[in-house]
Formats: sequence, C-alpha cells, structure tokens
Amino acid sequence: MRSAVDTSRETPFRCLSVDMSWSSSSNYLCISTSSSSSLISSNELARFNRLACESERHRGKCQDLNRPTNIFAYNSLKPPSFKFDKGQRRKDHVLKKPRNISAYYSLKPPSYKFDALEPYMSKRTLEVHWGKHHRGYVESLNKYLEKDDILYGYTLDELIRVTYNNGNPLPEFNAAAQVWNHDFFWESMQPGGGNLPILGLLQQIEKDFGSFSSFREEFIETALTLFGSGWVWLVLKRNEKRLAIATTTNAVTPLVWDDIPLLSLDMWEHAYYLDYKNDKARYANVFMDHLVSWNAALARIARAQAFVNLGEPKIPVA
Amino acid sequence: MALRALANGKTLGRLYHQQIRGLQTFSLPDLAYDYGALEPAISGEIMQLHHQKHHQTYITNYNKALEQLDDAIAKGDASTAVKLQSAIKFNGGGHVNHSIFWKNLAPTREGGGEPPHGSLGWAIDQHYGSMEKLIAKMNAEGAAVQGSGWVWLAVDKELKRLVVETTANQDPLVTKGASLVPLVGIDVWEHAYYLQYKNVRPDYLNNIWKVINWKYASEVYAKECP
Repeated sequence: MRSAVDTSRETPFRCLSVDMSWSSSSNYLCISTSSSSSLISSNELARFNRLACESERHRGKCQDLNRPTNIFAYNSLKPPSFKFDKGQRRKDHVLKKPRNISAYYSLKPPSYKFDALEPYMSKRTLEVHWGKHHRGYVESLNKYLEKDDILYGYTLDELIRVTYNNGNPLPEFNAAAQVWNHDFFWESMQPGGGNLPILGLLQQIEKDFGSFSSFREEFIETALTLFGSGWVWLVLKRNEKRLAIATTTNAVTPLVWDDIPLLSLDMWEHAYYLDYKNDKARYANVFMDHLVSWNAALARIARAQAFVNLGEPKIPVA
Repeated sequence: MALRALANGKTLGRLYHQQIRGLQTFSLPDLAYDYGALEPAISGEIMQLHHQKHHQTYITNYNKALEQLDDAIAKGDASTAVKLQSAIKFNGGGHVNHSIFWKNLAPTREGGGEPPHGSLGWAIDQHYGSMEKLIAKMNAEGAAVQGSGWVWLAVDKELKRLVVETTANQDPLVTKGASLVPLVGIDVWEHAYYLQYKNVRPDYLNNIWKVINWKYASEVYAKECP
C-alpha cells in the first residue's frame, strides 16, 4: 500500500516514496533528478510551485502547496529572463538540466559486520557475496533503470512483479529480483541466530508443520533436493492462510505469486562454496542452527498479519 | 575404481543383485591427467572437488534414481516412474555432461589449447569466420547464462553445421535438439570456477580455452561429418 502523497509517478518531480507495503525497507533512494526523467531541478520546481500557487490563490482556485505541478499550465507565470519559446530552445536555455545526478537503488549493507557470522559464514564469503555479487546486481539494475523511464517509476516490489511478466521475465527481472532477494537474505540472518522461534511464529509453525523439528527437517530436505541455483523460502501463503516451504529457481521470489516470504536461504553455490565447498547439507544445517534470524521472521509475520487474516477472531460471547 | 567398489561390502550385495537383474550402474570415469595438470587455468583444488565430489554425487544419485525407476516399472507404478524423470535428467545429465567435460580438457603440454586443424578447423573458419570469433561468441553466451548451466559447441549431425548452444542446470545437449552432438562443453556452474575466479565468470571463460582439448572435438566432428 502506498501513502497518499504519491507523486513519484505522474510528475517529473521525484520524491522519497513512502511505501507502506509489508516489505518496505528504507534503502531505496528515489531522490533524483536525472536528466531523462526530469527537466528542471527540484529547487527550481519548488520555487515555481510556490509562486504558481500564490498566483492561483489570487485567482481563487484551491491548490495544494505541496503538490508539485506542471508549471507550463500557468501562463501568467513566466520564468524570468528568457523567451517563452516552444521546443528545444526553451528546454536548453531555461530549464537547466542537471547533469550527471542520478541515484537509484542503493546497496544496503547487512546490519551486522562481515565477521559477525563467523565461523558459520566467513568474512570472505560476505565480502564476495555482498561486495561483488549483490553490488553487481544493484549496478546492473541501476544501469537498466537509467535507460527506461517507465520501469524507473516503480518501487522495487512492483518492479519485480512487472518485469516477471507472468512467467516470461524481462531482462531487468534478474537484476531487480536478485537485489531484493539478497537484501532479504541478509535480513534473514543474524549473529547468534538459530535456536527456536518464539511466540506466535512458533505456534503457527507447529500448527502448519506439526512440530518445529519436522519443519526444520523439511526445510533442509528441500534445500538439498533443489536442482541448480535457487532459493528456499518460508512463506506465508495469502490464499491458503498458512505457512509453507517454497523453492524458487535462479532469481524468482514468492513475491511474484503474491505470497509473503518470512525467511530465505540462498542455495546458489556462491553462497556457500567458499566455506563449505560442495557440502550443502552442512551449510543448510548450520544455517538452521546458527544463522537464521527468527526475530526477523517474527517481525515479518507480525507485519504480514495486517494483510493476511491468520486464525479466527476471538469474539467474546456476551 | 571398480576394485574399490567391489571391496566395499555394502555395495557388493546391491551390485551383484543388479548385475543379475541386468541393471547397469555407472561409475566415475578416471581423468587422463592429474588434478593439477590444468593449472593455472583451472586450479587443482577445483578439479579435485569437481571430479571426486560433484561428479561422484551425480553418479551416485543417478544410480539411485535408476534403481528406483527400475523398481517402479517392475511394480507398474507409473506415477513414481514419471516423478523420477527430473532426478534422472538432472543427475544423469550431470554424469553425461561431466564425462564429456573431462575429455574436453587437456594439459597444455599435451595439446590443450591448440586450435584444431583439419575438417573441424576449416568448419569453424567457414561458419564463424575465425577461432577468435567463435571463442568470443561462446564466452558471451557462457557469461550470459543465468544461474547454472553449460555452454556448448555442437554439430548438428543432420544439417552438418556447427552450433553454439547453452543449456540450463544439467540438461543434456539433446534437450536443445535431438540431432545435436556435443564437441566442446564448458561448465559454467559456479562450482566449476568459484574457488579460483570467485564471481568473475568471464575470466574463467577466457582462461579455459588454454586447456581445451581440440583433438577430441576434431575426432567427434570427423566421425559425425566425414
């Protein structure tokens, strides 16, 4: 769900989008006035807006000061000291295009130091996995968005769904989905992780899998029988209103089926090869015992309950 | 290899039982060179892990899947037989692909990296212009494979032409065309290069050409297109 002031799509003015969906993270710098998607700098636009609104107010029209406006609609307001000329000349002389300013998606570091997951996931693995693979995905996503205005307008969640294209993914899908997947994966781990989930999450797991140990067994089994590169997820299925274990290949995420992921395990070989070589079983077990962040999963399922109704409401009998 | 298998008491009974039933089990083929012989293009550690662990795992799981398939067919269990197909394609494909891969590699002093002469060299020049162009094309396709897969130089034995193809995961090349015969295959799964090249797959692809065994490829080509 997006906030009410959603200006990031209709107008050239880009603001920090407030995305209130269950998966929002605050690392999406949508501030930019790139030369392709905006014609004037934000300062100039703000100034014009203020002046424009004041002039409109004089005419008795109701205008929200904060809503960015298309300045060309105000004939009474002429930007100073140049001809009001249609076409290229106006753009070049007047609307000073800011050059070389663009910030798209950022590479968010994990919330723990790289050596905090030792000895279960080495510092070297995190350096390469985050610093090279994840960074590479972010950079290629930004490169794609530089060229495509329409895709640029989406938030990351929407971008993943749109580029997935219902099973026929566009080239940007790999980059966008892997950025999201890796962000999610870093959050799914913590130093001192493992042990058991608590409170409602444990109850839900016991309800849907029988017991925590059978869930754990199924999770690890699924991770080991995955063919090729992929991810293993603990998801909350929206329609069935229950937890389930899902696998996806390559970059696919349960977001495209509109399910809500709670945890993920990266089964691409680059995630474990430096530490465990080909011993996937040990990696999966270590993840479950020492790395998985049940706190993060608990927070996610608590938030997900705003979107999915789990269980019957307790209606008191009078 | 066979001696070791026989000596292992646990498998002895099963092998014997299978031999009686006529089911062939597969075993790990030996390499024609040492693990360290392909340095510095591919490190010895990678070769050893790749051969002894990954390829062996594919073979073990392939044998297991075939045994289960055999049981399912004997019992007339059609759904299990179909369910096993993906395991067979994956593990069996892994075994087939890697067996070809070991033959595709040779140490530099034994002719690795030496471009092919004869009919294959002529066909490459005719079809792709030059060896460099073919290598560039295969490297581009190999780097573009998302996730795990293979990149192949193959000959279409019906049309008598060379093709460059990629396959995903361990799919054997025939899934891309029933008449394709692989000449050179390059494993672009991460396990094939990660320890040495980390995430820089293009470097791995550039370097592996120094140890590609074109003699084997020429032999296969000459057999298919005399």
